[in-house]
Amino acid sequence: MNATALIAEDEPLLAQALRQALQAAWPELRVVATVGDGHSAVREALAHLPQAVFLDIRMPGLDGLGAAMELADRWPVDAAPLPQLVFVTAYDEYAVRAFEAQAIDYVRKPVQPERLRKTVARVQQALAARAAAEPAAPAGNGPLEQALAQWRRLIDAAGTGAPGLPASLKFIAASDAGGQTVHMVPVADVLYFEAADKYVRVLTATQEHLIRTPLKQLLPQLDAQQFWQVHRALVVRSDAIETVERDETGRLLLRLRGRPEKLAVSRLYAHLFKAM
Amino acid sequence: MTALPKLDWRQILRHYLQVVAFCFAIAAINTAIWPDKGYGRQLFYSLIIGSLVWGIIEFGRHLLLRPDDPGGWPQGWRRVGLTAAAIVIGFLVGSKLADMLLGSSGSNWGALLRTDRESRVGWLITVAAGIVGTYYFYSRGHRAALAARVNAAERDASEARLKLLESQLEPHMLFNTLANLRALISLDPERAIAMLDRLDNYLRATLAGARVLLHPLQAEFDRLGDYLALMAVRMGDRLRFTLELPPEARHFQVPPMLLQPLVENCIRHGLEPKVDGGDIRISARIEQRAGHDAGLLLEVLDSGIGLPAPAPAGFGEKGAADASAGGFGLTHVRERLATVYGPRARFSLSARPEGGTLAQIHIPLEKS
Repeated sequence: MNATALIAEDEPLLAQALRQALQAAWPELRVVATVGDGHSAVREALAHLPQAVFLDIRMPGLDGLGAAMELADRWPVDAAPLPQLVFVTAYDEYAVRAFEAQAIDYVRKPVQPERLRKTVARVQQALAARAAAEPAAPAGNGPLEQALAQWRRLIDAAGTGAPGLPASLKFIAASDAGGQTVHMVPVADVLYFEAADKYVRVLTATQEHLIRTPLKQLLPQLDAQQFWQVHRALVVRSDAIETVERDETGRLLLRLRGRPEKLAVSRLYAHLFKAM
Repeated sequence: MTALPKLDWRQILRHYLQVVAFCFAIAAINTAIWPDKGYGRQLFYSLIIGSLVWGIIEFGRHLLLRPDDPGGWPQGWRRVGLTAAAIVIGFLVGSKLADMLLGSSGSNWGALLRTDRESRVGWLITVAAGIVGTYYFYSRGHRAALAARVNAAERDASEARLKLLESQLEPHMLFNTLANLRALISLDPERAIAMLDRLDNYLRATLAGARVLLHPLQAEFDRLGDYLALMAVRMGDRLRFTLELPPEARHFQVPPMLLQPLVENCIRHGLEPKVDGGDIRISARIEQRAGHDAGLLLEVLDSGIGLPAPAPAGFGEKGAADASAGGFGLTHVRERLATVYGPRARFSLSARPEGGTLAQIHIPLEKS
């Protein structure tokens, strides 16, 4: 069977150019869908279950990172292995430096054939290794965990933001609905942050506030030991976690001390809660 | 009394070496006048007096310096007084010191104040040398300060120009356009040529715009057309735009690239984050309303995601604040309007109820 791929790139000409370059570098590859935004990327990828996804980092609606995180969670791992993930990035994104520093394969715009051939070779190799391993080790969790670890590495590198932000935030300044009062919420009181549409909900044991600063911007300013990202839209205080349970679909759910609700953990971050 | 300013010891040493050289010259002159005293002795006197005079002025000027004095020298009477005091003290104390060190007989304080010809000439030489030396160092310091000020002003001006250019030739826009151009060359060479021409026009106008003060509205709209055409190649059918310029407004003079930052904001903050993109409409019209001063109304309108909800006055989400990229653009538009037209020009940016933003610029007609 020929390998299949999805391309997500919001600039139509660049998408077309990437498609052409891929065709030249990998004639057997079949591009099953070309989309221009993150939500479409998730939808089409789940519909076609390609073996490789090329995601532009900067896209409208849902960006490439968000699309990757959502895909990781919603991918039907029993039907098909997690695809090979390749990020596409413009020359000036911080991710480029992270990719270079960690020797991670990515596609840089404009696509240069020589560089793309290397990436293609790497993806082909990975797919071949997977195909060879599959019959030998049936239904083990090893390959999935390996693939998730690989995705995590890519997503972390791609999410590298501008350096120089203050490392530890002490207060969250949240204005109330009328905009007249600003509540200074000590970060030490926050149990979790949850991204919701245009806002981020800030929850303490007793209260809830809304702020407009995206989670992506907030995260680098929080102490990584104290606050764990457990989902694309969820950052929790690690020492407030009381229980972790698995529901009937295999999803992990967290309960925090002082909060009644259960919070879903992404597959990408399930490794944090492996029993010792 | 301010604290003693930080002294530049290298500079002081350099000055002193020049003073020493000067003293050698004075000693030579003195030897020519009084050959019987010998060059060595003259040099000794000259060095001691010269060092004292210089030392008092060099360190004294820092003590008398006020913050607004240019070139490291006190101005007016403070400078004259310092120089005079240094010369008097330097000559009296220096001569006495040299006499003592050389064990010279017959010299007492009274002898130094003699009024015979020899000491008059000695005084004269010291005063002349002191004034020449002081003037020399003063004018050098002054010149250096002036040059530094001119340099700083030039640097400020070119920095402002550079910042404007950087905002217009934003690397992301430029490289992205090149990436698209590269794709077009193989996909559609004819469109590639058209795009290259647009880019050429845009670059030319941007570089020239940093130099001319005003250009006709027609030229402004042409450049916006180039820019939007470039963006439309990138964004495909996610960007739709119209430019409306009535004939009577064509020759109106406006600062070059005045609307550019507004259009860039429409794209960057309004349309780019929106999955379906949207429309941009740029229009101009001459307004003649009773009771209002006639003027030119420029509008930049988009159907993008609109303005973020305003933050409560005086508060930002501290520490997590995003340095808004649009900030520089809007400030720039306001500043240019104020510079060219004064307070009568108005600028407003508002959210449209149906979504998107509306930027309006009102420029009064020149008859006032």
